[in-house]
Amino acid sequence: MEPKAIFEAVKAKFGDAVVELQEEGFRPAFLVVSPESVREVSLFLRDDPAMKFDSLMCLSGVDYKDRFAVVYHLYSLTIGHQIGVKAYLPREAPSLPSVDGVWPAANFQEREAYDLYGIVFEGSWDLRRILLPEDWEGHPLRKDYKYPEFYHGIKV
Amino acid sequence: MKAHAEALPTQEMLINMGPQHPSTHGVLRVILRTDGEVVVNARPDMGYLHRALEKIGERVTYAQFMPFTDRLDYLASMNCNAAWAWTVEKLAGIEVPERAEYIRVIVCELNRISSHLIAFGSFTADMGAFTPFLYAIRERERVNDLFEDICGNRLTYNYVRIGGVSADLPDRFLEKTKEFLDYFEPKIPEYNNLISYNKIFVHRLANVAAISGGEAVAYGLTGPNLRGSGVSFDLRRNEPYSVYPKLDFDVCVGTGERGTVGDCFDRYMVRINEMRESVKILRQAIAQTPDGPVMAKVPRVFKPPAGEVYFRAENPRGETGIYLISDGTVNPYRLKIRAPSFVTMNIFEKVTKGLMIADIVAVIGSFDIILPEIDR
Amino acid sequence: MMESLAISLVHAVPALSGVPLWTLTLLLMVVVAAVVLTFALLYAGLATYVERKVAGDIQARIGPNRVGPVGLLQFLADGIKLLLKEDIIPAQADRFLFALAPYLVFIGSFAAFVVIPFGVGLIASDLNIGVYYVMAISSLVVVGVMLAGWSSNNKWALLGGMRAAAQIVSYEVPVGMAILPAVLIAGSLSLQDIVRSQAGFLGIFGWNLFHNPFTFASFFLYYTAALAETNRTPFDIPEAESELVSGYHVEYSGIRFAFFFLAEYGDMFVVSALATACFLGGWHVPFLSVEALPASWGNLFSLGVFLGKTLGLVLLMMWVRWTLPRLRVDQLMRMAWKYLVPLTFFNLLGVSLWLLLFRGKGIPAMIASLFG
Repeated sequence: MEPKAIFEAVKAKFGDAVVELQEEGFRPAFLVVSPESVREVSLFLRDDPAMKFDSLMCLSGVDYKDRFAVVYHLYSLTIGHQIGVKAYLPREAPSLPSVDGVWPAANFQEREAYDLYGIVFEGSWDLRRILLPEDWEGHPLRKDYKYPEFYHGIKV
Repeated sequence: MKAHAEALPTQEMLINMGPQHPSTHGVLRVILRTDGEVVVNARPDMGYLHRALEKIGERVTYAQFMPFTDRLDYLASMNCNAAWAWTVEKLAGIEVPERAEYIRVIVCELNRISSHLIAFGSFTADMGAFTPFLYAIRERERVNDLFEDICGNRLTYNYVRIGGVSADLPDRFLEKTKEFLDYFEPKIPEYNNLISYNKIFVHRLANVAAISGGEAVAYGLTGPNLRGSGVSFDLRRNEPYSVYPKLDFDVCVGTGERGTVGDCFDRYMVRINEMRESVKILRQAIAQTPDGPVMAKVPRVFKPPAGEVYFRAENPRGETGIYLISDGTVNPYRLKIRAPSFVTMNIFEKVTKGLMIADIVAVIGSFDIILPEIDR
Repeated sequence: MMESLAISLVHAVPALSGVPLWTLTLLLMVVVAAVVLTFALLYAGLATYVERKVAGDIQARIGPNRVGPVGLLQFLADGIKLLLKEDIIPAQADRFLFALAPYLVFIGSFAAFVVIPFGVGLIASDLNIGVYYVMAISSLVVVGVMLAGWSSNNKWALLGGMRAAAQIVSYEVPVGMAILPAVLIAGSLSLQDIVRSQAGFLGIFGWNLFHNPFTFASFFLYYTAALAETNRTPFDIPEAESELVSGYHVEYSGIRFAFFFLAEYGDMFVVSALATACFLGGWHVPFLSVEALPASWGNLFSLGVFLGKTLGLVLLMMWVRWTLPRLRVDQLMRMAWKYLVPLTFFNLLGVSLWLLLFRGKGIPAMIASLFG
């Protein structure tokens, strides 16, 4: 299905939760949705027979200077089309529902986004730091991250 | 005698399959809770090799990031290099000369063979058969010699460039590759005779950690792990890139020949068969390689247009995806690497419940994970 | 036996008649023990070298070739290295048991050398309970292994120790039952008697191996079960390097580790020697009556034959190690209890019935009697 058609179908179902379609310069195209609706939209995209996005290719956190975003790249093994879903989040207390009930593949990648950006995924069955030590302070991939001077008394 | 009527109280053991362990294929820590020999819970703990590659990517230029992709999956270095090059080329719309594309496919498939050889060798070594590992190393030495000819390095090649490859093939490289293929092709049935269908080996692997096709897709398994579960999906066939549409090969799928579909033995056999398919691809690629330039015209100070692109390549360990956001400057704005081993580890905790400790080793080996990729 | 040797020594050297007999006997015992121990240690050292060379051959590489001619002195270099290493005992380990365990394993393995029939007159002590003694003393290894696993204060070692104990104890049963046919045919537990029972003009066909189909099967069953006893691949689960990181001897270093290591090779020799003595005719040379030869020639000849056969079996063990993968613990246990025990049991029944029906004659003997 073409991104425009997917956008129309999702907008028809979810109305205002779907904000816009980013197409020019974005491959694959992105459906921008509101953070609260991410779970419902994901379930629709996975289960609807015309969509059948059964594979979450990639889940990333992004730090656009004024806001965060969580980006989902979806693919359908049965139909063979790709789409992206993006949800913008405010910089303070970014959080949105977790999709690890929809695609279990999301779990580690959500933990990574939490670890490196501080984005909280509500309802996740296991949200802990994954790459950095449990007691690390700060979220390194943020654009305004300051490297710590000391860690456990060792000069870093 | 009344004591026999009540169940004996047992205690769970908490064992640390620590970062230093001969079988965890790198610095992976698995926190095992076992009831005797049976595993109750096996939690992987990663991050010992985290080098903040994604953060580094935001500070170097596109061309400067190429050596870092080597270190992502050092056993499939050419594949990672090429994935990065293809991503940037997709973003900037660079047209790569055909000879360069063929060279890329040749080195990628050679690297696939050498990576699968290591997977095969270390897997059988984990199972206790020490000999096949050395045979695999012996064949891999010949691939290393080919790579040394082409770019001077034996492990982290940094050969592919954005827009092509860094240098043309040396003298007689294609003939030498053909000689290697002629030497290597009869070795695969030899390995099958030696170890693959050995009764003990099959007994260790059959019906262990069987993953169904639907589960595999939902958990994000890709590459040989996905195909081992019976799902016939190969990026080179379903979403082809580079010159793969011109090459003819079969997609190897697990058939449950010695147990259930999707068990460790299936994943292992998929890799063995993929080596055979890579040989087929290589023969065709060698025959079809045209003459011509090996590098497109890419400006010195390379500023791709602003935009976001996601590209994925079929690496030996699965599907390596790179999500690249560019803001028009010389450095990438955001660079996310979707490492196949990282996503594969999602299913580890689920699949190891109820297995024995010896099977944990079999599962890790059959997933063929590599830690630098997981930790980046 | 030592007494008679002492008496004959006094007769030979009249000057010694002043010394009390018991001192002489004791002295002789010490000398013989020293000789056997030296042989055993030398064998163990060279076996490590041969193992590495065999491994190299099978794995398409060379193996040790620097120290000494073709690397022959490698085991000396390794031995000296191990001797000079720092003696590390983990902080929380049980010091006494930790130190005791290697000795127990070593004793359990090398004490069995005493009853091995090396040649016509070459046996350190011809106990009339030979086979029984070997079975009993090599069970000491289990105690040592369990102590090592427990006292290391390390969960991996504990797991390895428990696995080893379970494995060795389980495989004792088929080993015992597989070796009984030879005892039944000879009518004695003494190893020299068992070897002598395979004598005769039939040469190679006098071996217990060809006596009847049940003893033929017995040999292979014994060899397999004994391979498990010695913790060699495919049964090396207790020390599986790639899983348990060396299992029960993970915390041992230096000379203590050397004891475990040497004990393993000693065990291999004992097992192979038993197989040779009981099934492959021991020190008998085909078509030659060794006992009729003059004493020293007979001894040397039979020693050479015995060592040849035994070391051949040891080589086979090494060959198997580098070829086959490893069984999992539950598969190992299943194989012992569900397959080997019933097989060896019915084997034993078969041999007993055969001996009853055919009055102790083997197939070769029956064929020979047809020709008069």
